[in-house]
Amino acid sequence: MSEIPANLKYTKSHEWVEDLGDGTVKIGISDHAQELLGDMVFVELPEVGAAVSAGEECAVVESVKAASDVYSPVTGEVVAVNEDLVDSPDLVNHHPYADGWIMQVRLTEEGELEELMDADTYTEATTEAED
Amino acid sequence: MPNKTPLFDQHVACGGKMVDFAGWNMPLNYGSQLEEHHAVRNDAGMFDVSHMVVVDLQGAEVKAFLQKLLANDVAKLKVAGKALYSCMLQEDGGVIDDLIVYYLDEQNFRMVVNAGTRDKDLAWITKQAAGFAVTVNERAELAMIAVQGPNARAKAHAVMTAAQAEAAAGMKIFMGVESDGLFIARTGYTGEDGYEIVVPAEQATAMWQQLIEQGVRPCGLGCRDSLRLEAGMNLYGSDMDESISPLEAGLNWTVAWEPAERDFIGRQALEAQRDKGGLRKFVGLVLQDKGVLRAHQDVVLNGEVVGETTSGGFSPTLGSSIAFARVAATVADECAVAVRGKELTCKVVKPPFARNGEVTIDLG
Repeated sequence: MSEIPANLKYTKSHEWVEDLGDGTVKIGISDHAQELLGDMVFVELPEVGAAVSAGEECAVVESVKAASDVYSPVTGEVVAVNEDLVDSPDLVNHHPYADGWIMQVRLTEEGELEELMDADTYTEATTEAED
Repeated sequence: MPNKTPLFDQHVACGGKMVDFAGWNMPLNYGSQLEEHHAVRNDAGMFDVSHMVVVDLQGAEVKAFLQKLLANDVAKLKVAGKALYSCMLQEDGGVIDDLIVYYLDEQNFRMVVNAGTRDKDLAWITKQAAGFAVTVNERAELAMIAVQGPNARAKAHAVMTAAQAEAAAGMKIFMGVESDGLFIARTGYTGEDGYEIVVPAEQATAMWQQLIEQGVRPCGLGCRDSLRLEAGMNLYGSDMDESISPLEAGLNWTVAWEPAERDFIGRQALEAQRDKGGLRKFVGLVLQDKGVLRAHQDVVLNGEVVGETTSGGFSPTLGSSIAFARVAATVADECAVAVRGKELTCKVVKPPFARNGEVTIDLG
């Protein structure tokens, strides 16, 4: 069973969002997603300063198996990216919610956070998918 | 419903992530493909290859039949147990399958063919066998475990009878031997030493468990692919198929042109291709930029598409991405591969990339 922290929000496409409380959020992919994808070997990060839109591709994670798009859960501007993933893409496997974060975004549409799933809803969604 | 091998319950017990492969429910990995890959390069890993198809061919004319059926020449096989890698071709030179054939004696040969091509292979073999004194016997009741890695043979000997271990230990590479109900071959698909062991289905579980006790790590299809890619070994359906000649798949070395009078199926077509020239070449690529090469991406030279990758992925041994590609003869030392709209620089090399635990190409 994969880990789904209660303090985060989630998308159907398996990204997580942490509200940092200062108008920015941290974004990564869920434990469930990294388990499905397998060992990560490359992460294509967005540029700092890039504009991202909710539901649109913002990064690519490549595992031994395949390349998968990461979709931004929110709209805004990328203010930081996790440079550690350049040399250690496996951080996404080992610490998907901590050292394996992908990018930090300054929100331009605050209301979007309310549309994301909470941990319970995401747990249900991933359990259903496995049945 | 996909088929299950006799080891299905073992895969589930070992935490295998099961996927449908060529109609079989097989383990992709047991947690980490990378760790499994390194286990085979550095120690010992094992693969359930029971989905592969063992076909026994017997009869007074079996040798003559195989000399017609296969592009490589079984007349090269003179010692009992010796193995030969070959393509089986259509009349037009396209590859029906690649396989290993073992010479047991003048009237007995054993072939191991791919699972995904089973039906068409058996149909083709049976059709071609008409007119020869040959019987074709699929051995579906047999399981097969491949034990691979620098420590694989020693660990495998520990689960064999004394007679089996002695017979196996004294055997050279690319040989097979029958002993106490097992067929043990010093072959594989990883570029490491080891055995492929054909075992009666009812004994497969016990052997698997005993190998685990010896410290042999269960390995899935995922690392089987990355290991064979590093080792420079082709994958049927990816690197070649019915539409591809072995001469454009890096398999020229498996075509026995001599003796010239041996009229194997596909010979005329291959000779015409060879004489006409202009064939694409089959090369290895090492990605110089960050990223991952995958199968069926365009190879670009001076802004022009000159070929495509046929297999690709991350090489755990090199720590970078590698691929096979079929390209125009103009490609020399360097080219680019188009990945998501970007052209990534690749060095052109001659596979294998890695074997026997070592990188075998110049990375400089």
